[in-house]
Amino acid sequence: MSKPRIGIFDFACCEGCQLQIVNLEEDLLGLLGLVEPVVWREAMAETSDAFDIAIVEGSVVREEDAARLREIREQARVLIALGACATLGGVNKIRNPMDHGEVTRAVYGTHADDPHLAAGPARSVAEVVKVDYRVEGCPIDGSELVRLVQDLLTGRTPRVPHHPVCVECKLRENVCRYELGEVCLGPLTRAGCGARCPSNGFWCFGCRGLVDDANIEAARTVMAQYGKSEADLEDLLRLFNQESEVGHGRHA
Amino acid sequence: MVATLDLHVKHVTRIEGHGHIRVRARDGKVEKAEWQVPEAPRFFEAMVRGRRFEDIQTIVSRICGICSVTHTLAAVKAIEDALGIRPTKQTDRLRVLAHYGEQLESHILHVGYLVAPDLLGHPSVVPLVASHPEVVKTVIALHRLGNRMMEVLAGRKTHPVRLQPGGFTRLPTEEDLRSLQQELTEAVPRLTALAEVVASLAGALPAFTRPTESIALVNPPTYPFYHGQIGSSDTDETVDAHEFERVVNEYVTPQSTAKWARWHRDSYAVGALARFRLNHEHLMPLAAATARTLGLTPDCANPFFNSVAQVVESVQVVERSLTLIDELLTTGIRDEPRRAEARAGEGVGAVEAPRGILFHRYAFDAEGRCERANLCIPTNQNHGNLQHDIEAFLPEILDQEPDRIRLQLEMLVRSYDPCVSCSTHLLDVEFV
Repeated sequence: MSKPRIGIFDFACCEGCQLQIVNLEEDLLGLLGLVEPVVWREAMAETSDAFDIAIVEGSVVREEDAARLREIREQARVLIALGACATLGGVNKIRNPMDHGEVTRAVYGTHADDPHLAAGPARSVAEVVKVDYRVEGCPIDGSELVRLVQDLLTGRTPRVPHHPVCVECKLRENVCRYELGEVCLGPLTRAGCGARCPSNGFWCFGCRGLVDDANIEAARTVMAQYGKSEADLEDLLRLFNQESEVGHGRHA
Repeated sequence: MVATLDLHVKHVTRIEGHGHIRVRARDGKVEKAEWQVPEAPRFFEAMVRGRRFEDIQTIVSRICGICSVTHTLAAVKAIEDALGIRPTKQTDRLRVLAHYGEQLESHILHVGYLVAPDLLGHPSVVPLVASHPEVVKTVIALHRLGNRMMEVLAGRKTHPVRLQPGGFTRLPTEEDLRSLQQELTEAVPRLTALAEVVASLAGALPAFTRPTESIALVNPPTYPFYHGQIGSSDTDETVDAHEFERVVNEYVTPQSTAKWARWHRDSYAVGALARFRLNHEHLMPLAAATARTLGLTPDCANPFFNSVAQVVESVQVVERSLTLIDELLTTGIRDEPRRAEARAGEGVGAVEAPRGILFHRYAFDAEGRCERANLCIPTNQNHGNLQHDIEAFLPEILDQEPDRIRLQLEMLVRSYDPCVSCSTHLLDVEFV
């Protein structure tokens, strides 16, 4: 059987998730034994339209990018959304609720109306085309992508955690950030990262998106219990989860 | 001789972000030679408005995956400046160590994965795995070490979490530092091997020169990435980072919609070669010897040699990390509480990204919420200089085959190690 051909594509983002593919180091060589990259602008000069699996990072902010993404979707048998900008819209969505005229003037001043700077609201990849699989996180953990590709090649069903980061954080015996007087999105955020940020002494800011049926009422109770306001929770939700029920509140 | 040429290189490959080259020549005369940036705008200066100072690092780290420690440190320095926080000596040293990790990781990625294929005549690093396995193994080992440094010091390889205003959210242990020191020691012969490979291939770099102004941080007697004032190869005057707008002098040109930067000339260059030109006297011994092996001199006016300067700096940061860890272990790692309280104020942070000097400025209200931000990114400062290089270089190679012209122009763009995903700002922010 010939190796599946992979295309790696980027839209509006920091390209940090592609970097995690390079950061696989020797394991990247192993991955290259399983698949054949045919498009990867950041790393390769060659290009091709013939790919089976499309790996897409970044958010869509312009119609020309949406059109390019639709073309990629048509070519690909399987499309993987890579990282928070692709799966959620990521930090790119922070500006969505803002007045766009003010946003462009803040950055581009008197050039705000130049046509090449026109940009619509940031959208996740799934808001433009059908996404088959998602690798969450900002940035992704490269090993999650490798596991997904291995699952796809061997016909296994990829496993997605349905519990919050709190579960992994407790297993690592971290002191709860709420006990330290902070606000943390661990109770609401989808696990799978090994509670990496709380384990490094920082609160969870929700880069993997909210867990299915996130219990926002319970989060409100925890907030109240620790003397925190809903506005404190919103501040964090408006980083990666702009459109969550609570994060949306202030601008609805 | 190729008298007529119409070349449009869309989405130059093996660079971070998107850029086009547009070239047209007729009857042996260049009619158009343009470097264009079509990257989707991202609006970070607007995104941070109204945010708590505690959330700024989380947002602006995402400007760039490959300079995330540098953006983090520029922001943290600016926030501390605004809030009147003085970091401890230990905090400074550990931050510098994390920052060295990013320089090493980024330089090795650029030289090993993005530039080496050009020098060895391949379209990507993939065929090098079979043709030059030892080189690829060396590159991977050094690249991993840069990442390891960021992981140990900053908590993650990309988008650090431990580097926050007021200090570290979690400190490395002395054991962590000793194991890092061991890995750094093992890296020295690998760097020597890499420098030898690059020395043997440097002849493949085009012999193009165009003297320009180089701008970088200076802080004698050190080779600085994190501390210092703004220096220039055209003057002995140094400028405090708080006055960076006086150096950058952004201006509009009809040829490009992106703003360009100039100080004493029509454009200036930032990055490894600029830093080397200004600070070469303060290199550590092995780094200085590597510069000699590679034939890199302070009067170098060949932009293609930026990649060579990156090799010298890779040696410099490894060599300096070894002594820095010695200093840290001699003092011992002390538990220091992290303090950062909100207050109204404005602050600036200037640090060296792998691809050149970076400035962040923020103003905060009394609750510590961001009122304004101005982020001035190295690749933006290089756009004008790259444009002028293309204009000067193209007539010199116009008699060559179109494919060869295209390759050499792409190599010129790559030599700047552009990071276009973070540079898509025109920056016309009014700061009063």
